[in-house]
Amino acid sequence: MSKRRPRGRMLHGLHSRIVTARVTLWTLIVPPTVWAVHFLFAYLWAAVSCEKAGRFASFPVLFWAGTALALALIVASALVAMVQKETPGDPPPHDAGTDTDRNRFLATATWLLAGLSFAGVVFTALPVLFLLDCR
Amino acid sequence: MSLHDQDDPALRAAQEDRLRKVWEPPSGLFFRWTDTNNNRVGIWYVLTAFCFMLFAGVLALVMRTQLAIPANALVSANLFNQLFTLHGSVMMFLFAVPMFEAVSIILLPQLLAARDLPFPRLSAFGYWSFLIGGVFVSGSIFFDAAPDGGWFMYPPYTTRTDMTGLGADIWMLGLSFIEVSSVAAAVELIVGVLKCRPPGMRLNLMPLYAWYILVVAVMILFAFPPLIAGDILFEMERLLNWPFFDPTRGGDPLLWQHLFWIFGHPEVYIVFLPSIALFAMMIPTFSQRHLLGYPWIVLAAVGTAFLSFGLWVHHMFATGLPKISLALFSAASEAVAIPTGVQIFVFIATLWAGRVVWSTPLLYALGSIAMFVIGGLTGVMVAVAPFDWQAHDTYFIVAHLHYVLIGGTLIPLFGGLYYYWPLITGKKLSDRLGRIAFWVLFAGANLTFFPMHFTGLMGMPRRVFTYPAELGVSGLNLASTIGSFLTAAGVALICLDLALSPRRQKAKRNPWHGGTLEWLAHPDDENWGVRSVPLIESRYPIWDQKDFVKKVDEGRFFLPDAEEGRRETIITTVLDARPLAVQRLGGPSVKPMITAVALGSVFILTTYHMYWAALVGSVATLAAILWWLWTGTAEIPEKDEKPIGHGIVLPLYLSGSASPGWWAMFITMMADATAFSGLVFGYFFFWTTHPVFPPHGAGMEGPGVFWPMVAMTLMLAAWGLTVAARTANRRGGVGAARGLLGLGIVLSLAAIGAGLAGPWTTALAPSLHVYPAMVWTLVIWTTAHSGVAAIMQGYTLARSLAGRMTPKHDADLRNITVYMHFMALTAIVTYATIGLFPGVA
Ligand code: HEM
Ligand SMILES: [Cu+2]
Repeated sequence: MSKRRPRGRMLHGLHSRIVTARVTLWTLIVPPTVWAVHFLFAYLWAAVSCEKAGRFASFPVLFWAGTALALALIVASALVAMVQKETPGDPPPHDAGTDTDRNRFLATATWLLAGLSFAGVVFTALPVLFLLDCR
Repeated sequence: MSLHDQDDPALRAAQEDRLRKVWEPPSGLFFRWTDTNNNRVGIWYVLTAFCFMLFAGVLALVMRTQLAIPANALVSANLFNQLFTLHGSVMMFLFAVPMFEAVSIILLPQLLAARDLPFPRLSAFGYWSFLIGGVFVSGSIFFDAAPDGGWFMYPPYTTRTDMTGLGADIWMLGLSFIEVSSVAAAVELIVGVLKCRPPGMRLNLMPLYAWYILVVAVMILFAFPPLIAGDILFEMERLLNWPFFDPTRGGDPLLWQHLFWIFGHPEVYIVFLPSIALFAMMIPTFSQRHLLGYPWIVLAAVGTAFLSFGLWVHHMFATGLPKISLALFSAASEAVAIPTGVQIFVFIATLWAGRVVWSTPLLYALGSIAMFVIGGLTGVMVAVAPFDWQAHDTYFIVAHLHYVLIGGTLIPLFGGLYYYWPLITGKKLSDRLGRIAFWVLFAGANLTFFPMHFTGLMGMPRRVFTYPAELGVSGLNLASTIGSFLTAAGVALICLDLALSPRRQKAKRNPWHGGTLEWLAHPDDENWGVRSVPLIESRYPIWDQKDFVKKVDEGRFFLPDAEEGRRETIITTVLDARPLAVQRLGGPSVKPMITAVALGSVFILTTYHMYWAALVGSVATLAAILWWLWTGTAEIPEKDEKPIGHGIVLPLYLSGSASPGWWAMFITMMADATAFSGLVFGYFFFWTTHPVFPPHGAGMEGPGVFWPMVAMTLMLAAWGLTVAARTANRRGGVGAARGLLGLGIVLSLAAIGAGLAGPWTTALAPSLHVYPAMVWTLVIWTTAHSGVAAIMQGYTLARSLAGRMTPKHDADLRNITVYMHFMALTAIVTYATIGLFPGVA
């Protein structure tokens, strides 16, 4: 821990806040939930604007802003999870019945889910990049 | 009691006597069926689902015989329609999903070293509902009355009563009934995994099977309700002529397709993930090492669960939706291959790293993975929209879905059967017969379904009762038919093996040398589950913890006794499984069976349009439920707490968010809210498909703003009063709480009137157009919930008056408050939508 001294006071405060943050089943599902919300809005946005306006490319800015926000949230939760999954303490293979190992496990799973969700959001965004009308 | 006490054999024998007496199964010709113990109910459940599978298999053989040669006349077109509809529906609704739940009801308590699941009577209720509904639906074919619209029952033909008989109603109502029991089982399993783990089994030590159960049960919770919402609309159209799916009156058949596939696609993963869960138990045993990549498996399970809800439109690629929508769903469909692949690689890696012990269950596991991968590849193909336009509704799809289902559900279940048979009967099945059966089955399934890829690509549509020789698919079809009989022979061999089992010797304990808790089971098992509830320190305690089995057997862990003569299990916290309380469990009872019969009568009588009788059935159901709850739940214990060993003393009563009952209510209401959002989705769906919505004209102007707002206010006030009653009661203000609840009942009842007054006073005519029909549906849904709210408030008031609810023992009031939160949300959404949205649109 002391080797990777975070820069500056503020960052340090943030870092220690993250390390001690509570990890639960709810935080585990944050990244995929972001994917789900983004997907739902993308679908509704395309369906409603195609039905009602006959075109969807009229306000893609909104879509890209939403996508950027979703990706940012996923990356943020990945960063938090990354710090937490390195929580020092118990020895490998980290499958013991201790607080540390339980936290590391949840953090690792969150981190992996963030990766999958990131790919999911990018997958969702690609069609919009290439298809510009409702045909 | 200290560790030393357990050294005394006389004490242990006395404890065992008490446990044996408490867990003694009921006997007698009738009363044996009132048992609620998970090992009994689970076995009935498994056997019943297995019989439905065999039945649906026979239907398939009839179909294949018909298709063996071109222009065959073995069965009529009409009967053929009934055959494939019933085959698909039975396999999906009466075999795949219930089988998962049945197996889990047997296994979960063992995996968690719990004495039973938290609500054993709910399991029994689920089983009886399943049996009644299943026999009702399956039996219809013997009266030439089976549903014939395909397992997805697409309107508009299926909603037309001049074109379909009772079959469609039997499908809708019979299967709705079963969906209710599936949701009930899901609630049971979720609470079981979250709250009934043994002390020390933190989330990261949970057996992977439990992770999968949790994920799959949550999926059931969100997947089935949209279908229930669709069923409601469907039956309203058939019974009352409300035009939800009738385009001539503003309806749209595509709404059904959306609701069906929002359920239908997650469904395919609901039936596939449990098989992966079985592998996750078998593979470590047969490589004699911990499973590699535990978090990766959790990633895969959770990731698949989420992604699978973003795929439904890939079943609707050919319906003319905008390409952009298709592309979004195509992309998500390709993404879901990632977590699926991860699981398979984890298994391969574990086998690679361990010392593989070749065995029959492992053979089934590996064979099924091979088949599943082929199906997964064709899945990725049809998820590409342009390819799907060619393949849709051809035999190519039949090939795809059977590869994934046989590789992903059927063969894994047979593998699980060989693996877990010793757990259930104490005997092993024959390795030799098992292997022969596997190869026959495997060859048969491939011979049946591989040619279908070509049959489909050469142009043979699915669901046709015959085909002309000129199509050039006769040879392929004959191959498929031969293959299907070979498959059946494989299944018959497995049945033979099962039939020979009673003549075989008992196996030794833990015959595969597994490391997880279910292998504590003894060949001559007692009914009590585990002798004592262990402290868990490892993912594979039998391998890793010293003298583990011996200590469990000698009652050296927790709860080794049943001093008060009650069935009990330990309740722990969600994250870390810290002991919280001892839960008293319901014993054998006729109440679940009676409730299931009463509820079944409602569905069955409605099918035959016997509405008055159905009403009587509803009242009987309500009475049965209240009786059951009143006598069997939230009982105030005779003392506050009891010791469970090692100096730990636990309370005997829990209320609020620590208690299983609260979780059950919360989870049930999540399902309820999901069904409701299916209906709301319908409202806004029609808004998008109509240029002007709400439309104008006689019978369509309404429901106005006034009454919806009154209804919303009343319901919110009723909610506020309930919350206030909870707080008052907590603080000891019993009288105040009773007054608040009484007033709450009045307001809930008034909200029913006010809610109905909106569409009533504006004379909205539901059979005229889909808009009034949609408004009425939302209002009926919400006012019915207000009625339930009034009943709950009345029930709680009565409990308080009867002294069964006190300031300290307030579980009832805490639980109905959860209901009221959801109620308030429902009222806000409904009344804002119908009252305010027309002004905005
Ligand atoms: C990589 C994963 C998968 C993808 C991308 C995929 C894709 C698809 C697509 C696009 C269809 C619709 C084809 C059409 O009707 O034109 C389909 C049908 C189907 N799939 Fe899959 N699938 C996958 C995995 C599975 C799994 C795991 C199961 C079940 C265990 C399954 C069961 C089914 C069933 C039952 C149907 C047919 C439904 C019907 O029309 O009656 N699929 N699949
Ligand atoms: Cu699908």
